[in-house]
Amino acid sequence: MKKLLVSSAVALSLGAAAGAASAEDIKVGVFLGLTGPLESLVANMAPGAEAAIAEVSESGKFMDGSTVTAVRADTTCVDAAAATSAIERLITSDKVAGVVGGDCSGVTTAALTNVAMPNGMVMISPSATSPALSTIEDNGLFFRTAPSDARQGVVMSNIIMERGFKEVALSYTNNDYGKGLADAFQSAFEEAGGTVTISSSHEDNKADYSAEVGALASAGGEILVVAGYLDSGGKGIIQGAIDTGAFDTFVLPDGMVGDSLPVAIGPDLNGSFGQAPGTDSEGAGMFVELAEGFDATSPFAAESYDAAALLLLAMQAAGSTDPQMYKDSVMDVANAPGEPILPGQLGKALEVLAAGGEIDYVGASNVELIGGGESAGNYREIEIQDEALQTVGYR
Amino acid sequence: MENWLNAFALLSNFVIVPALAYGSQLALGALGVTLVFGILRFSNFAHGDTMAFGTMVVILFTWWFQSMGINLGPLPTALLALPFGILFCALFALLSDRLVYRFYRAKRADPVIYLIASVGVMFVTNGIVRFIIGPDDQNFADGERFIIRARDFKEMTGLAEGVSIKLSQGITFFTMIIVVIALFWFLNKTRSGKSMRAYSDNEDLALLSGINPDRVVAITWIIAAALATIAGTLYGLDKSFKPFTYFQLLLPIFAAAIVGGLGNPLGAIAGGFVIAFSEITVTYAYKRFIGHLVPEDWEINGLIQLLSTDYKFAVSFIILLLVLLIRPHGIFKGTGV
Repeated sequence: MKKLLVSSAVALSLGAAAGAASAEDIKVGVFLGLTGPLESLVANMAPGAEAAIAEVSESGKFMDGSTVTAVRADTTCVDAAAATSAIERLITSDKVAGVVGGDCSGVTTAALTNVAMPNGMVMISPSATSPALSTIEDNGLFFRTAPSDARQGVVMSNIIMERGFKEVALSYTNNDYGKGLADAFQSAFEEAGGTVTISSSHEDNKADYSAEVGALASAGGEILVVAGYLDSGGKGIIQGAIDTGAFDTFVLPDGMVGDSLPVAIGPDLNGSFGQAPGTDSEGAGMFVELAEGFDATSPFAAESYDAAALLLLAMQAAGSTDPQMYKDSVMDVANAPGEPILPGQLGKALEVLAAGGEIDYVGASNVELIGGGESAGNYREIEIQDEALQTVGYR
Repeated sequence: MENWLNAFALLSNFVIVPALAYGSQLALGALGVTLVFGILRFSNFAHGDTMAFGTMVVILFTWWFQSMGINLGPLPTALLALPFGILFCALFALLSDRLVYRFYRAKRADPVIYLIASVGVMFVTNGIVRFIIGPDDQNFADGERFIIRARDFKEMTGLAEGVSIKLSQGITFFTMIIVVIALFWFLNKTRSGKSMRAYSDNEDLALLSGINPDRVVAITWIIAAALATIAGTLYGLDKSFKPFTYFQLLLPIFAAAIVGGLGNPLGAIAGGFVIAFSEITVTYAYKRFIGHLVPEDWEINGLIQLLSTDYKFAVSFIILLLVLLIRPHGIFKGTGV
């Protein structure tokens, strides 16, 4: 009897120790397109996410002094099979406690439905913006710090209308992101009284875009909306349209906003405009100051930081690294009520949570999660002036 | 009359000029593939990345020249750097032959083993290029951009439609012609070229008649590397350099080489243009073109497009399938696949 008591006491204490998560090393997956059409943005997104992870880890206040390590995996942005096996490796072999990612909507959907859901793993994407992800069955496991493109379509339509254009041609990259944004934009624009002369897709990374440009030019329109990727097909379409004199002005949604585009195209791009998620909030400025070795103003870098921060703060709030336990805390830490938390204050947030308090994570991108766990969306209106991106307003 | 001229200008601007340039780039790439296939008897999947490697060296030298202030005036500096790119790319190709393919040649391995080995070489080359120059887009075109701009053309001729011809498109086309003439002269008139053709026709007989196989193989690699570097540089000047795109170029290049007849240089050139023109003409929207030809009060509602541009790649593959079904050896008689 005595023996039994002792052994059960030992077992209990062991169980308690495991439950209270004594200091250990926790792994977090950084699941972004290290190669593929978004690789130049990911060069700033991955360090953004890792900055938050390092900040939490170095604070020493996370889950009784646990450390956090980032494990990178490649979504490739376009290859669903490669992305699926990459996230499978993260979950089954690296045993990560949560995943920051994926980046492109198509691979994110594949990774979520094929691997993350069956394994009960939480994913927080910084940049998957397809409207389809708003309604996807996710068992409460999927969140995103990027807004849905349904919202971006409306914002883009407003910007174009305000500039007095009524007739546009539309070219989109042939994937979930491009198609989703193109459809959202077309319905918003037509509802506002505009005309879309042609809505045609293009494939990324192809050798030649003469055929696409020819069709767009034939359909006509005052300006060309290019819902693509700046390192890839989107740039090819713009270059082709300028070279043949088909269009002079282009509308650039988030996938096309980056410093490399005006450099690559040159002065002909001046006067083109567009929008990307962004905010002029206090947090964005603080994030720029905090960034070391990467460009914090690059699209989705702030969202990446926020995604990683949210993931870890949710774990702290739930007191567990088990996705089933902390998945319900994500919305709590992201939204009011609670103490507002800006970039660089993650240590403070961990303290508040450890003491049983509440936080309202604002972060670098003014995070406010709505609906099934996606950002409400703040947009930065940009224009290309003197061969550089200029911010001309916020919406 | 003016309507016809407008229609022709429109078609030139959006179909003929781009297809000629793209076709030349594909033809040069396909020539390299077909040469390796004809003489070394395997499909070299590393060709796209060999192009990337050569172009990378050209870009590095271009930057160096630019930093020293050396340029060719209106012509792109890259043309000056081209010989260096060819040199390094040839050394790289010879090195890969020495390290990989020679082993299999000594064992007289099946072509399929070569093919798999070339996939390995492809990935290694891919990695080296990304390691040295990075995965990003690189712009290295300088000098004049256009031979004629669409706007200037309109002012000059008074037509409603403009034709723009980029300098890179002109250079591409003429370089292609020069390279093809030089290659055919080499293969048909010189001793080395004849020994290559002999080796290609019958390896054992060639060896018996005293042809040095190592020399033939080395020359083949050097020429293939030169073609790859030229094709890659011209493509990069016309569009832009990104390692990933060069990897993707492999597909249309192989389609061109197979359509024309693998192993037949003439076929590679024809194949390049067939693929380029079919991709563009079949998916072009003829709304504006027809609009110029019919009476002005006719209103055209549709785009008059045979196939949506989504099916662009299906077009080249359908042609590929048809050719393989009807003429398995390609349009010009090649060795067959």
